[in-house]
Amino acid sequence: MKFELSKAGTYLIVRIGGELDHHYCDIIRNRIDPELMEPPIRNIVFDFTGLTFMDSSGIGMLMGRLRIVQAIGGNACLICDNKNVLRILEMSGVARLFNRCKDISEAVRGA
Amino acid sequence: MMKELNRMCMEFPAKSCNEGFARSVVAAFATQIDPRFDELSDLRTAVSEGVTNAIVHAYSDQTGERQLVRLECVLYPDTIEITITDFGKGIEDVQQAREPLYTTAPEMERSGMGFTIMETFTDDMFVESKPGQGTKVFLRKVFSVHK
Repeated sequence: MKFELSKAGTYLIVRIGGELDHHYCDIIRNRIDPELMEPPIRNIVFDFTGLTFMDSSGIGMLMGRLRIVQAIGGNACLICDNKNVLRILEMSGVARLFNRCKDISEAVRGA
Repeated sequence: MMKELNRMCMEFPAKSCNEGFARSVVAAFATQIDPRFDELSDLRTAVSEGVTNAIVHAYSDQTGERQLVRLECVLYPDTIEITITDFGKGIEDVQQAREPLYTTAPEMERSGMGFTIMETFTDDMFVESKPGQGTKVFLRKVFSVHK
């Protein structure tokens, strides 16, 4: 699993590559949540470019972060092109709950 | 009867770092019958769900020493059968546990999609469980090799 956090204005950008399962979701959650508490951050972008595997643990992790940004009045955006990952996201209905973007610059436009 | 080509069995501690290990082992084992890439992906996902269930739920109520997950695979010319066994607390109501979005651990952000994904990504799934004695999940995946 590859994991990288960065910021652009009000956006927290989370890049995740490799394989995302329950083990790594626990690690990632603990890194993301403190950053979401730091103003002016109120939006989150998940960049799954380079993610090759995700199971239902990823659904729980995404839903949890979505709830946090919604509570602070922000938006959640998802960049993902892997067929297998998209299938899980669509099956669970999570895909519909995120703004879908093709890349980071589209996601943080106007940041 | 299908001709059995190969079989394997392994046991590992119910630790989350073994989730990736378990699905990689099954995928490597299945490679012997040369499955299609997308079907192998489905198998990896199903195994990940089953093993994660055992690791997250089976031993959540105890601190015993023998917190193990057993993974057995039997390989046939176009099919793999997988049994994931734990020796933990068991499932009170299997039918309810299999419902989409049902989870006993929402505070851990479990989505309740594990059984639904296992069912969707394989050809057969059976669950056997007795409270206090553990849970056995049986998965069968038929590959479109040799067709």
